[in-house]
Amino acid sequence: MAFSYGGFVNSGVGKFLASNLGLPRPTRLRRHTPGESLVPGAVFVDGFGEAPLAAQVRGVLEGAGVQLATVPSTSVVAAVLDLSKVRSPADLDIVRTSLGPALKTLAPTGRVVILGRPVAGAVDVAQAAGRRALEGIVRSIGKELRGGGTANLVLVAEGADDALEGTLRFLLSGRSAYVSGQVFHLAEPVAPVQAPADWDAPLAGKVAVVTGAARGIGAAIASTLARDGATVVCVDVPSASGPLAEVANSLGGSALALDVTSADAGTRIVEHTQSRHGGFDIVVHNAGITRDKLLANIDADRWASVLEVNLGSILVMNQVLVPAIAEGGHIVNVASIAGIAGNRGQTNYAASKAGVIGMTAALAQDPTVRAKGVTVNAVAPGFIETEMTAKVPLATREVGRLMNSLSQGGLPVDVAETIGYFAWDANRAVTGTTVRVCGQMLLGA
Amino acid sequence: MTETCRAAIIGGNRIPFARQFGPYAEASNQDMLTAALEGLIARYGLVGERVGEVVAGAVVKHSRDFNLTRESVLGSSLAPTTPAYDIQQACGTGLEAAILVANKIRLGQIDSGIAGGVDTSSDAPITVRESLRRKLLRVNRGKSPVEMATRLLALRPGDLGIEIPANSEPRTGLSMGEHMAQTARRWAISREAQDELAMMSHHNLARAYDEGFFDDLVTSYLGLSRDQNLRPDSSMAKLSALKPAFGKGDHATMTAGNSTPLTDGASVVLLASEQWAAEHGLTVQAFFVDGESAAIDYVHGDEGLLMAPAYAVPRLLARQGLSLQDFDYYEIHEAFAATVLSTLKAWEDEEFCTTRLGLPGPLGSIDRSRLNVNGSSLAAGHPFAATGGRIVASLAKMLHAKGPGSRGLISICAAGGQGVVAILEGA
Ligand SMILES: NC(=O)c1ccc[n+]([C@@H]2O[C@H](COP(=O)([O-])OP(=O)(O)OC[C@H]3O[C@@H](n4cnc5c(N)ncnc54)[C@H](O)[C@@H]3O)[C@@H](O)[C@H]2O)c1
Repeated sequence: MAFSYGGFVNSGVGKFLASNLGLPRPTRLRRHTPGESLVPGAVFVDGFGEAPLAAQVRGVLEGAGVQLATVPSTSVVAAVLDLSKVRSPADLDIVRTSLGPALKTLAPTGRVVILGRPVAGAVDVAQAAGRRALEGIVRSIGKELRGGGTANLVLVAEGADDALEGTLRFLLSGRSAYVSGQVFHLAEPVAPVQAPADWDAPLAGKVAVVTGAARGIGAAIASTLARDGATVVCVDVPSASGPLAEVANSLGGSALALDVTSADAGTRIVEHTQSRHGGFDIVVHNAGITRDKLLANIDADRWASVLEVNLGSILVMNQVLVPAIAEGGHIVNVASIAGIAGNRGQTNYAASKAGVIGMTAALAQDPTVRAKGVTVNAVAPGFIETEMTAKVPLATREVGRLMNSLSQGGLPVDVAETIGYFAWDANRAVTGTTVRVCGQMLLGA
Repeated sequence: MTETCRAAIIGGNRIPFARQFGPYAEASNQDMLTAALEGLIARYGLVGERVGEVVAGAVVKHSRDFNLTRESVLGSSLAPTTPAYDIQQACGTGLEAAILVANKIRLGQIDSGIAGGVDTSSDAPITVRESLRRKLLRVNRGKSPVEMATRLLALRPGDLGIEIPANSEPRTGLSMGEHMAQTARRWAISREAQDELAMMSHHNLARAYDEGFFDDLVTSYLGLSRDQNLRPDSSMAKLSALKPAFGKGDHATMTAGNSTPLTDGASVVLLASEQWAAEHGLTVQAFFVDGESAAIDYVHGDEGLLMAPAYAVPRLLARQGLSLQDFDYYEIHEAFAATVLSTLKAWEDEEFCTTRLGLPGPLGSIDRSRLNVNGSSLAAGHPFAATGGRIVASLAKMLHAKGPGSRGLISICAAGGQGVVAILEGA
C-alpha cells in the first residue's frame, strides 16, 4: 500500500507526532454539493471608505439567503473586505483592525475574499502601491489560515462592478476549495453578464466539448459541467474509447474518439456538435501528456510530442473552433504550475504549459474573439491526484502533496470547478486570465 | 405490401476482436455485447433512449443466456423499456438481425433499432456426456435418498468427461475446414491465391486502422484497441511457410494463415427511419436496401458447405434488377480465403451459373480492387455472430464516403449450408 502522509498524520500516533512536531495536518476541504447553501454560516462584510463593492456583496448575499455579520464571531465562515477605495498604503490599516479579529474566529474551511481595483487604473503612485499591497496581504493570509481556509483577491476594474456576483459566489462556495492565494481579474465584460436562473445549474442548456475526457481531470471536468446542466461531448484518443464511453454514458453525453493532434480534429468536433446539438458554447482543452527527461538527454520525439499535444493541437483546432463557437461562448485551457514555475526534467512540458498561458492571454485579446463575446481563460493545476501524478515517485509525490497551504493534493473536481466557473455567462468580465488551482503551492508563487 | 420508409443505417460499433483465450478469455457473451452496446450508445448519445428493439444473438451460447440480448440491454445505458430478442443463424446471425430490424423499420413498426451479434470461443459452455446427463436426470427423479443413491451406482467411468462445442457439422461430422478443403479442391483454388488474399486482408485492415477508419467504428475493450489477430507485417514469405491445416497431400492448401482463427468479440449496428435520424441530429450513412438468404444441400447433394451465398446473391440481384458488376464495394466474408475465391470462381463459371443457378450465362467477375477494401475476417478475426455487424457498419461508412447512390454487396456464409447476403446503398 502506498504511504499517505494525510492518512498518517490524522491517525492516532501520527496526530500526536504531527501536533508535537508542528507538522501540517490536512483538513477535509469543503466541496460543492448541489442544493446546499452557498456558505455554511454567516459572512462578515466590511470595507474601507464608502466601499461600493461591499454594498454589492451585501446585496448578493441577502439575495442568496446568507446571514450577514457586522462583527466577527465564531459563526462566521467567510470575511469579505472591500478595499477598492484605498488611496495609499496608509489606508491599509483596516486589514489589521477589521480582518485581524475575524481570522481569530473564522470557522474551518473559511474564506477570505479581498476586493480591490487593478493597479493599472491607479491615479497616482501611492495608490498603485496601496493596490499592489493587497496581493501580499492575501498571499500571506492564505498561508496563515488553518483548517482548509482560503484567501483570494478580486480586482474589479471600473465598469465591472455588476459582474462581481459570479466570482464572489465561486470563492465563497465549496467550488473553490483548492483555490487560494490567487488574484481574479474582472474587466469590462466582453458580452452581457447573465446570471443563471438557478445558481446550481449555471450551465443549463449549454453544450460543452471536453478533450482528454476518458479519465483523470478531464473526466471530472465532463461530469462537473454535466452536473451544472451542460450537455457534454467527451473527446479522447481512440485507444481510450472504452473508458471514454463509460464517462460519456455516465453523464448522458456523447463520446467522440479522436486524437487532438490529427489534422481534422477541430473539423470533426465542429461537425459532431453541429449535427447533434446545433453547435457548442464551451470548449475545454484539457488533453495533455508528459514525457519527462532532463534537457541534456531529451530526444526529438519526447520534445515534439509534448509540445504538439499540449499546445500545438490547441492552436490548430482553435482555427476552426473559434469561428464555430457560439457567440458569448467560453474557451478554457488547462495549463500547469510547471508552466509558471518550471520543473526539473520538464522543459518540454513547461514550455507547452507556459505557452498555453501566453496563448490564453493573446487569444482573449483577438479582435474576432472579443467581437464574438467569447472569453478565453486557463487553469494551472498544482498537484492533483490522478493517474498522471500517481506515476511520480513516492517521495516526490508526498512533497508535491504537502508543498502548499492546504497540506494536501487537490482532487480532479477542484480543477473542474474552476473550469466550470470560467464557463458561466455570469463571468463574462473574466477573460485572458490564468488561475492556479494549487492550494497555494509554494512553487512559482 | 407498401413500403412506408427506408431503413437508414446510422452507424455501428464493435469491440476489437480478440484471439481465443486472449484478453477476453474471462468475458462472457453478455459482457461483450453490453460493451459493444455501451460504445454505440456513447457514440450516438443514446443514454436513456428507448430504441424500437434490439436484436442480436450468439452462435455459441450458455443455457443461462436464454435472454442474452435483453439482459445486455438491461445492463446498458439504454432505457430499460427497450425490448430485445435473440436470434441465431450461425455466422449469418448478425446480418440476419440487421435484415429483421431493417424490415420492421421499413414497415413502420419501429422507428429505430439495433442489430448485432456476439461470440466467445474462450468462455465456451461445457456440457457433460449425453449418457451422464441422462443418468443424472434419472437420479434427480429418484423419490427417496436410497433410490437416488442406487441410481447413482449406475454411473460408469465411460460416462465421465466433458464436451466442448466443436466447430463441426452435426450431419457430416466434418469440421468446417475439412468441408471447405473439399470445395477448394473442386474449384482448384491455389495455395498462393489464398495466401495472397489473406495478406491483402491484413494489409488493408492495418491501413484502415492507420487512417483512422475505425475511430468511429470500434470502442476499446479490456486493454485492446485494435483487432488482436491483425498482422500489419503479413507477407507471402511468412504465409507460405505455414503448414497446411486442412486437406490432404497436394490438395492441402489451407493453413492457419488463410483460415480465420477462433475469436471473441461483439458488434452492433444502429438503424432507424430517416425521420428518427433527423430528430436525433444523426447522419444517415447508408440505406439497407434488401437482404436474401439461401441454403444448399451439402449432406446429400454435392454442393460445398459454404457455397450458399453463391446462390443467394443472384436471387437478390434479380429481385433488385442489378448485375454483379453494379457495386462500388464487395464485402465477402472471409471464413477462409478459399471461400471467397471459390464463390468468385463459381460466379465466373458458365456451367455453374447455367446448371446450378439456372442463369442464361455466368454472373461474371468483379473488380477485385473493390473487394474487402478495409480488411475482412482473415485479419480482423471472426467471432461468428459478430461478423455481420462488423461488415454492415464498415460498409455503410465506406458508402457514405463514396456518396449517395453508391452500392455495396455483402455476402456471408454460415454453418448448415446457409448464406445471408444483402445490398446497401450510400446516403
Ligand atoms: N494531474 C496533475 O497534477 C496535473 C497538474 C497540472 C496540469 N495537469 C494537466 O491536466 C490535464 C489532464 O491531466 P490528467 O492528470 O487528468 O492526465 P491523464 O493522463 O490522467 O489524462 C489525460 C487524458 O488526455 C488524453 N489524451 C492524451 N493525449 C491525447 C490526444 N492526443 N488526443 C486526445 N486525448 C489525449 C489521455 O488519453 C487521457 O485520457 C493535462 O493537460 C495535464 O497536463 C495535470
